[in-house]
Amino acid sequence: MQPLSLHVPEPKFRPGDTVDFAAVDVPPAGAQRRPDTAEEARAFTDLAYTLVRVLDEEGRAVGPWDPKLSPDALRRMLRNMVRLRAFDERMFRAQRQGKTSFYMKATGEEAVAVAAAQALDRDDMCFPSYRQQGLLIARDYPLVEMMNQIYSNRGDKLGGKQLPIMYSAKEYGFFSISGNLTTQYPQAVGWAMASAAKGDTRIAAAWCGEGSTAEGDFHSACTFAAVYRAPVIFNVVNNQWAISSFSGFAGAEATTFAARAIGYGIAGLRVDGNDALAVYAATQWAAERARTNQGATLIEHFTYRAEGHSTSDDPSQYRSAGEATAWPLGDPIQRLKQHLIVIGEWDEERHAAQDREIAEDVRATQKEAEKNGILGHGLHQPLDSLFDGVFEEMPWHLREQRQMMMDEEEASGRPWARK
Amino acid sequence: MNMIQAINSALDVVMARDADVMVMGEDVGYFGGVFRATAGLQAKYGKTRVFDTPITEIGIIGVAIGMGAYGLRPVPEIQFADYIYPALDQLVSEAARLRYRSAGDFTAPITVRSPYGGGIFGGQTHSQSPEGIFTHVSGIKTVIPATPYDAKGLLIAAIEDNDPVLFLEPKRIYNGPFNGHWDKPAENWSKHPGGSVPTGYYKVPLGKAAIVRPGEALTILCYGTMVHVCERVVADTGVDAEIVDLRTLVPLDIETIEASVKKTGRCMIVHEATRTSGFGAELSALVQERCFYHLEAPIERVTGFDTPYPHSLEWAYFPGPVRIGEALKKIMKDA
Repeated sequence: MQPLSLHVPEPKFRPGDTVDFAAVDVPPAGAQRRPDTAEEARAFTDLAYTLVRVLDEEGRAVGPWDPKLSPDALRRMLRNMVRLRAFDERMFRAQRQGKTSFYMKATGEEAVAVAAAQALDRDDMCFPSYRQQGLLIARDYPLVEMMNQIYSNRGDKLGGKQLPIMYSAKEYGFFSISGNLTTQYPQAVGWAMASAAKGDTRIAAAWCGEGSTAEGDFHSACTFAAVYRAPVIFNVVNNQWAISSFSGFAGAEATTFAARAIGYGIAGLRVDGNDALAVYAATQWAAERARTNQGATLIEHFTYRAEGHSTSDDPSQYRSAGEATAWPLGDPIQRLKQHLIVIGEWDEERHAAQDREIAEDVRATQKEAEKNGILGHGLHQPLDSLFDGVFEEMPWHLREQRQMMMDEEEASGRPWARK
Repeated sequence: MNMIQAINSALDVVMARDADVMVMGEDVGYFGGVFRATAGLQAKYGKTRVFDTPITEIGIIGVAIGMGAYGLRPVPEIQFADYIYPALDQLVSEAARLRYRSAGDFTAPITVRSPYGGGIFGGQTHSQSPEGIFTHVSGIKTVIPATPYDAKGLLIAAIEDNDPVLFLEPKRIYNGPFNGHWDKPAENWSKHPGGSVPTGYYKVPLGKAAIVRPGEALTILCYGTMVHVCERVVADTGVDAEIVDLRTLVPLDIETIEASVKKTGRCMIVHEATRTSGFGAELSALVQERCFYHLEAPIERVTGFDTPYPHSLEWAYFPGPVRIGEALKKIMKDA
């Protein structure tokens, strides 16, 4: 008898390797059917193994998934993607300058959040992971509030209690971000079930990375969503990398993430995540399905994490530097820009001018935010606020500990602001 | 009422008053729960308010948190406290922290009901007392009733509370106040004053202990089934103990504890849960810090042993009348 062998997945390219993505199957744009949203989940099997694509190599919108957006809507989408990238670059630099402790960019994934937000209703509740800041930007959440949170300064609505980028903005339909992966998935299902139970018309949408689909919460959420036909959209952002682990460690060698939906009885779509129109169209389709009580849809957004996992990560230690540029689905901003130019609604000059205007706006906003302070420049929150919000009302043991801390502070004579 | 009926009544009363209260869990719907605590509720309030769930504790708690964030007041059930561990991440990382991390933007007003405790030949996974795991978590309240009256009043208070509450139900006393004498005929709640339960709405406030037996010789801090075991031991030995049923572990009624120990000068702590890092350790530390100069003897802890809960050796494990009686003698030795 032959001895058994253990298969441990290995990515195709490591540092120093020449990248060749020829093996990545990229079907032609426009070739995928757009079924009726009322069909049974099992009818979508083919769509879980292909890529829904709208923008072709020349930047034309083709096929049944073309959402036929107005030029204004397309320009808004492009603008928000550019704003997101400019914001990311600015905040990444702020971290490198020591103005904050931490940042995470969404470079290359701008379409995933921005286009989805545009396809959802304003009061649909989003349960994001940490890389969907584009949802806030697309919903016109003030950039200065995002920066205040990143700086944990005196303007920070979360009172300096949360790690940078773990935003919360209920009024903008943006659920509080947790550091614990995929916990938001069953929570989104619960929110959607509540909406359905109350006869509301709002739906929920959740995001996680492909690496996080391995968490037990993902399985529980899919089961619950299928059982109760919850009006929820599951977005799996397959950017190929979970920190240093390639998607094979989440099961990508054996199947697609969209295909996981089929086993649960959920509709599954796999879309070109760098094609903003495909993301928009898939989200719109899934939202219609949810709003007509047909239940949940899982959308796998096939994309590429163009930069490091976070400011604490150096991707050159585990993957080839050539991957981001060789990625066959290109850059989402470039592709949408090209489309607008092809249809005669945009040009290089306007784009360059917009880049400058947005960069200037982000820079000015940063200055405004920094007036509220940056991390490390003194204590921005009242010291005793540390104990606020553990419970609705503060119990005796927290009041005692707060007093103990204030007494210590008084005795030490430290110059921290006591307000 | 017995404790099951009291819990059922509490759910019925709050569901009638508040359309946002939802009951969910494994077997809680049509069947009415494996302990019958939710019997009749689905028929009365409909399937969208009382429903069976898939067997996934992560899902049950995660979904309840999402419903709470929407604005509902879910009451999820975990069938046995021994099975709460898959949901630990949702309880510890999410429910307990949601208000704090979002600065009040979102809250998790959920009440997790779960039968707990031993004395029923439940073996390793139907007998555990995991309260100490949760009292260690900032942002979650832990409540344990010892009578049907308290069970109903505390459960209504827990459901109306805007913070997440873990409501642990001592299943050994669902049907009667078990006094530790497993070899004697069981009693039922009809003869116990705590079995007299109003049918309507009332609350027992969270964070308030009850002195179930006033006394001068020592203070016994206990909760759940152990309240009744301690009462019986005290009656049998004739020691004039003050028995304090804590009822809420977090937030704890420190005033009642402190006043009692300062009066009696002795403190014994009794719980079923394993000893090391159990809630008794916290109680012992608090009493030591606050009542040191009033103490006339070392604080005694009578607890389950630091082993998994056994099946055939249950009565050797359970902190029953013999172990409590020996501890009483020891703490009263020089009195």
